[in-house]
Amino acid sequence: MDIKDFKSNDEIAWCPGCGNFGILNAVKKTLAKLDRHPKDILLVSGIGQAAKLPHYVRCNCFNGLHGRALPVAAAAKIANRNLTVLVTTGDGDCYGEGGNHLIHNIRRNTDITVIVHDNQIYGLTKGQASPTTDPDYVTKVQTEGVILEPFHPLEMAIALGAGFVARGYSLDTEHLSWLIGEGIKHKGLSLIDVLQPCVSFNKKNTYEWYTQRVYKVNDDGSYNPEDKMAAYEKSHEWGDRIPIGIIYKTEKETYEEKRGLSQGVPLVEEQIEDIDITSILSEFT
Amino acid sequence: MTNELTIKITGEAGQGMQTVGAALCQMFKNTGFHIFANQDYMSRIRGGNNFFQLRISDRPIFTLRQRSDITIALDKASVPLHKSSMTDGGILVLDRKKFTITEEEPTFLDIPFYDMATRVGGSEIFINSVACGIIAGMIDVELRSVEHVMEATFAGKSEEIIRKNKEAARAGYDFVRNNFKQDTFRIKAGAIKDTGVLVMNGNDAIALGAIRAGCKFYSAYPMSPSTTIMNVIAQYAQKFHIVVEQAEDEIAAVNMIIGASFAGVRAMTATSGGGFALMAEGVSLAAMTETPIVVVVAQRPAPATGFPTRTAQADLEFVLHAGHGEFARVVYAPGTIEEAFSVTIKAFNIAEKYQIPVFIMTDQHLADSYRNIEPSDLNNGKVQRYIVSKEDSKHITNYKRYQFTGSGISPRAIPSWIEDVIYADSDEHTEEGHITEDADIGRKMAEKRFYKKFSGLSQEVEKPTAYNVEGADMVLLGFGSTYGVMKEVSDAVTDRKIGFIHLSQVWPFPASEMVGLLKDAKKVLTVENNAGGQLARLLRRETGLQVSGSVLKYDGRPFNLDYLIDRIKKEG
Repeated sequence: MDIKDFKSNDEIAWCPGCGNFGILNAVKKTLAKLDRHPKDILLVSGIGQAAKLPHYVRCNCFNGLHGRALPVAAAAKIANRNLTVLVTTGDGDCYGEGGNHLIHNIRRNTDITVIVHDNQIYGLTKGQASPTTDPDYVTKVQTEGVILEPFHPLEMAIALGAGFVARGYSLDTEHLSWLIGEGIKHKGLSLIDVLQPCVSFNKKNTYEWYTQRVYKVNDDGSYNPEDKMAAYEKSHEWGDRIPIGIIYKTEKETYEEKRGLSQGVPLVEEQIEDIDITSILSEFT
Repeated sequence: MTNELTIKITGEAGQGMQTVGAALCQMFKNTGFHIFANQDYMSRIRGGNNFFQLRISDRPIFTLRQRSDITIALDKASVPLHKSSMTDGGILVLDRKKFTITEEEPTFLDIPFYDMATRVGGSEIFINSVACGIIAGMIDVELRSVEHVMEATFAGKSEEIIRKNKEAARAGYDFVRNNFKQDTFRIKAGAIKDTGVLVMNGNDAIALGAIRAGCKFYSAYPMSPSTTIMNVIAQYAQKFHIVVEQAEDEIAAVNMIIGASFAGVRAMTATSGGGFALMAEGVSLAAMTETPIVVVVAQRPAPATGFPTRTAQADLEFVLHAGHGEFARVVYAPGTIEEAFSVTIKAFNIAEKYQIPVFIMTDQHLADSYRNIEPSDLNNGKVQRYIVSKEDSKHITNYKRYQFTGSGISPRAIPSWIEDVIYADSDEHTEEGHITEDADIGRKMAEKRFYKKFSGLSQEVEKPTAYNVEGADMVLLGFGSTYGVMKEVSDAVTDRKIGFIHLSQVWPFPASEMVGLLKDAKKVLTVENNAGGQLARLLRRETGLQVSGSVLKYDGRPFNLDYLIDRIKKEG
C-alpha cells in the first residue's frame, strides 16, 4: 500500500499549524507500511478535534460519542478480529469524559491501539483546562489557575498493567510513526500519549516548549522498557526533561486469546440463520 | 373439592426458599399440574423476609392469588407477616417450639420441623426438604414423587446428602399423613413422570430468544431485575459461540453493543431504569449511526434506586422518549413467557432490517415469574437477515453507508467484506458518512431516520390481543406483564362480561387497531403498575380516545387475580 491509498477528500477543519497535522501524517505513514488494505482497518473516535482524524484518512471509520470510542473499538475488534483497530482520541475525550473506559479497557486488553492527542487543553470548546493541563495554568474558567492535580496517563496505564505504554511528539512524525507501528504490532491494548501543541488555546505548552524538553528514551539502549519499576519512574518525569518513546512494554495474553477468539471463524462470520436451542431446553424443567 | 392451591414458603434471605421453590415447581409440573410461581425478595443477601409463592392448578394459569392456602413459615418473623394473608380454611405451618410462639390462631398448624430436620439429617439445613414433604403430604402427592424431586434437586451432590434430603422429606410427609386429617387440600396428583414440560421465567425466555436469534455479543452491567438474562446467556455462551462481556458501566455496555453491531454481529444489552438512564445517549448514537441494537429494559420501581427487587411499569414514557433527538424506534412489551421469547427474535430481525434501536420492555414480575410451557411454544420466530452478504460484498466498490432510498433503509455492508471503506458518524453526515453542515442533507437525513423508517415500521406492528371484547360490559387495557391477570379476571368473572386488550408492542402504537377495538366499548379501564396512567395517556395522545379510568398499582407489588377483581368492582 502507498500513502496515497489512504488519502481522504474531506476538508480538514483544524487550525493552521495545529499539532494534529503531525499525528495525521504519522498515522497515514504507519498505515501505508502495514500492508493492509484500507477496508481492513478501522479508526474509531469520540468527540473533539482529535476525533475528526478518521475522516482525514481513507479507511473504515466509526466516529461516535464523546468519551466512548474505547468500548466501540474493543467490541468491534471482538466481533471481527481481522480488523486492525485504532482509536484516535484526545485528553478530554479519553482522560476526562471516557476515563472509566480507559481504566477498564486497559484491563480488558483487546488488541487495539489508542492514540491520545494530548494538547493539555480543551480546543473545541475554546480553551478550558483538560485533565492534563499543567497546574496554575489560567483559563477563562480556571481563572485563578488550575488547582487540580494533573492526570498522569502513563503512570496509571503502567499501574493498571497495560502491555504497551508510550509517548510521542507530533512534531517528530518519523519517531511517532515508528511508535504507532510498534503499538499496532504489540498484541493487546497499546496506549500512545502524543504531545501535541494547541496553537490557539495553549499558550504555555508550545512547539518551542516541547521541543526544548523532549528526549528519546529508546535511542541509546541504556533504558530498558521492560523494567516495570524503571518505567514507572520514567513515566513520572515531567518538567525540564520529558521522555518520549516506548516507556513500558511487556507481553500479555489478549482478551481475544483468553476468550478463544483467535481461532476459528471471526464472530462476524458465524452462521446464525438456524441456531438450534432444543439441546439446552431440557435444562429448563 | 378445590382444583387449585396457593402455597407459600417464607423465611429470611439465605434460608433457601428458591431451592425449595424450584423443587416444588418441578414436582407439581411433573405430576400433572399447571404452575405459576414467583419469588418476593428483598434487596439483601441475608435476613429480612422473603417468600416463594407457588400457585398450582389443573388448568393453565397466568397470575397469582392474593391469599395463601398453605404457608410454611421457616422463621419466627414470618408468622406475623403472613398470618393475615391466609384463605378461609388455610393452614400456616409453624414450629412453635423453635419460634417460641404460644398464641393460637385457627390457621396455625404446629409441626416440629426443625427437630425433624436435625434428627434425620443432623442439621437445620434440611428444613426445606421437610417442608417439601409436608406440602406433598397435605396435597396427596405420592411420596415417591417427592423423593424423585429430591434426587433431581440434589443430583451431583454426594449419596449421603441425597439420602438425608429424601429422609427429611419423608419425615415431613409421614408426620402430616399421621397427624393432619383435613382433606381440603387433597387435589388428585398424577404419578410422577418426565412430561418434557418446561418451567421458565421471562428472563430465561428472553435469553433463549436471543441465543436463537443469533445474538453473538452481549454486554451489560448487572442490575436487578435484568441480571439473570446475562447469567443464562453466559451459561451457554461457549456452546453457541457468544461473547458475554460484563461492562464497566451501562454507558460502556450500550457503546460496546453498538461497536459489535457496526462490525456486523447481532448484539444486545439489558438493564433496568437507572442503567437505562445512562444508556440514553447511546440509544441516540445507535439511531444516528443507523446501527441495530436490542435493549431490554426490565422495569423496577423508581425514581432513582427505588425498590431494587420489585416490580413497576413506570418507565413506559421514558423508554418511548429516551435519547435526544427524533428517530424511529420500536418498543415491545411482551405479556407472557412465550411472547418474551418470540418478541426477542423479532426484535433482532426488526432492529437489523431498519437499523434502529429496538426495546424489549419487561418488569420484575415477568422477568422473575415462572410458568410451565411446552417446548413447542418456543418454535415461533425465524432469523431473517438484512445485511449485504459476504458473497454479494465482493463486488461493492463504491459504497454509501447512508444512501438515500425510498424506505429510508440503506443497504448495510459489513466492514472488511466490501471492497470499499465504510464511514459511520454521530455528527450529521452525508450519504457517504462524512460530517456535513448542509441544511438540505440534514433535512433529508432526518426524514430518513424518522418518517421513512417509521412508515415501514408501522406496517409491521404486533397486533394487540383482544379477548372477550365484543359486547363486553367492561374492557381492561394493559401492556407487558399484566396480560396474565387481565386474562384470568376476564375468565373468572362470570356475572358480567369483562374483556381485555393487551399490547405486546407499544411503539409504533397500533392506533387504528385500537380505535377499531374500542369504538363501541362501554367502559374501558387501563390496568397499569404505575401512578401516572401512562398507557391511558399514550392511547389518548395517539387516538384521541379517553378511557373511563385506570386501575393503578404503584407499591412495587404485582397485580393478582383477587386484587384486580376487587379494584374493578370498586370502579363499578
